[in-house]
Amino acid sequence: MAFRCARGNAIPVLLKKSGLAFLHRNVSGFLDQIFVLGKQWLLSFLAGAPDWVGQIASSLLNISALLAVFLTLFALMSLFERKILARIQNRYGPNRVGPFGLLQPVADGIKMLIKEDIVPARADKVVHFLAPILIAAAAILALGIIPYGRNMTPFTIDGGILFFFAVGSTNEVGVFMAGWGSNNKFSMLGAMRAIAQMVSYELPLIITVLPVVMVTGSLTPDAIVAAQGGYSLGILPHWFVFTPWGAVAFILFFVSGLVESNRTPFDVPEGESEIVAGHMTEYSGFKYAIFFLAEYFGMFAVSGLAVTLFLGGWHAPFSVLQFVPSYLWFFLKLGVLLFVFIWIRGTLPRIRVDQMMSFAWKFMLPMAFTCVIAAAIWHYQGRRLSGSLWSLGWIVLVYLTLSRVLGVGKKFAPRTYRFAE
Amino acid sequence: MMTPTLPTFLMISAALFCIGLLAALSRRHAIFILIGIEMMLAAAGLNFIAFWRFGPQPAPPIGVMVTIFAIAIAAAEAAVGLALVIAVYRHYRTTDVDQVDQLKG
Amino acid sequence: MNSAAFFFIAVLTLSAAVAAACLRQLVHAALSFAVALVGVAAFYFLLGAEFVGLVQVFVYVGAVAVLIVFTILLTRHGTDENRGFNWSGVVIALAVLAALLWAIMRTPALYVAAQPGVTVTVRQIGEALMSDYVWPLQCVGLLLTAALIGALVLVLEEKR
Repeated sequence: MAFRCARGNAIPVLLKKSGLAFLHRNVSGFLDQIFVLGKQWLLSFLAGAPDWVGQIASSLLNISALLAVFLTLFALMSLFERKILARIQNRYGPNRVGPFGLLQPVADGIKMLIKEDIVPARADKVVHFLAPILIAAAAILALGIIPYGRNMTPFTIDGGILFFFAVGSTNEVGVFMAGWGSNNKFSMLGAMRAIAQMVSYELPLIITVLPVVMVTGSLTPDAIVAAQGGYSLGILPHWFVFTPWGAVAFILFFVSGLVESNRTPFDVPEGESEIVAGHMTEYSGFKYAIFFLAEYFGMFAVSGLAVTLFLGGWHAPFSVLQFVPSYLWFFLKLGVLLFVFIWIRGTLPRIRVDQMMSFAWKFMLPMAFTCVIAAAIWHYQGRRLSGSLWSLGWIVLVYLTLSRVLGVGKKFAPRTYRFAE
Repeated sequence: MMTPTLPTFLMISAALFCIGLLAALSRRHAIFILIGIEMMLAAAGLNFIAFWRFGPQPAPPIGVMVTIFAIAIAAAEAAVGLALVIAVYRHYRTTDVDQVDQLKG
Repeated sequence: MNSAAFFFIAVLTLSAAVAAACLRQLVHAALSFAVALVGVAAFYFLLGAEFVGLVQVFVYVGAVAVLIVFTILLTRHGTDENRGFNWSGVVIALAVLAALLWAIMRTPALYVAAQPGVTVTVRQIGEALMSDYVWPLQCVGLLLTAALIGALVLVLEEKR
């Protein structure tokens, strides 16, 4: 840690020695706010226009910035996912288009655009058409409330966390529309599986957010990020993931997020060997690409919310690193979480539907409620070390009891294959 | 166009209520009746919010509270109502409320 | 309050509600019902009660619409196109609508101007829920638990 401090301090110390401390503070502040200032500069051209023009222009700027950033991230992610999966599986991955295969997303996009858009003859045309739009719109809207940096929340609303979940819940209707509108039994079965798992895991997802909301006393993401500012001993951050309840809630939230975005090990709705591609079976061309995009945007949204709630949002991990612009920290944390998504996909096998459901209702949900109580214990013990220890003890107690109760009547032994041999 | 006033909101909500009533009275499918009831509840909630908004301010958010409780109760009602529909369907093999006319199972 | 937004939301809500009441295909009706309730939520936003609007979307679209759609799929059998439409219902609904509109028109006390910028924050709602409305809140919690258990008991397979 001392080494890290020294390195982190190197640049400011150098600047101070050369008498440029003032400049340093200003430069880092300017870099931190560069996008906010740029937006204000662009809006200053509309100074004479009526109020509502300015508001609409401001919203449009926010939306276009959001879409530009996340579409780029989507392209990069689709490439890096394949590259990293390939590394995990001892392959090369895409490396033909452009240097190191960097232009692969462009090629994929062109391929998707020029493919024929097939709508089944017996499909319900309107519902079939509206489903991808609804799903993509929900995913994009959910991205809007996340604070990406200091003063950089695209859409500020009182109760932003609730907005996130309200928008996320429309996703289920979209999936149903895709499955039902296709008029295909695989689509329908896939949609039913997807909705069942989304509904089941929405409960732990929301209940693990509750402790954070309770402790900060606010449903606004900005306030939650602000509550995680500050450093104890001048260096260690006050992120909620470093409290016992926060760590457990973060893990539960992340697992529920994996399910909500239909990622492996929970990608039961699109098992190729069982139900083709689930609710996306009858989609082709650009509509399929939009489903793909919505899935990734949903992944970004869940990871972004995890960063906001538990990993301190745009705050730097050490107080000495605060000169780095806040949005860089946010996207660094987001990148780490996305890497974990890919890593899990490359590592874990899929689980069965019944295993997934019993895991949700018998383990995730009780543990989520445990986190709520642990956060209350932590709060009423004065938010200090003793509170941490008490809440940790409570969580361990419940965990041990739960694992003992769930393990009753189960025999763990090497799996025997009765039919394959 | 004028800014919307309280009577315009009340008219919208009255129209919504009557559409719900129409669905509940004239359709024979049990799920339509449930949809109609839910729409009538939503219309009542809209009325509460409108009266709160146009009432004397600052007032305690009574209308908001009543609407929140109404939404919770509507959710409970939908869950039980749909469970009833499923139970009736299992028993009678129909969801047409006109055909469910036996007191004995 | 924006009159253009009001007009747009009113048309959307009412047309979706009419579609929900009159469409033949059950799934279409259920989806229109979801749209109509999103329209009501938009009205809540327009009236400054953002929290209630969000709760409305969350509960109705996320839970009730999905429940309805699931029930439709579980109770579908081959041809249930018996489609009775009871015209006396239309008459009664129109009569009720006329009476309500007449009452609204004839009440001069309703023509009050709204104070600008009235909203209710989540904090206010939370404080009200935890102070004045604790007992209703507990009762709703009990009701929801009872509804959960009751629904489960109702749909359990009958023992034959």
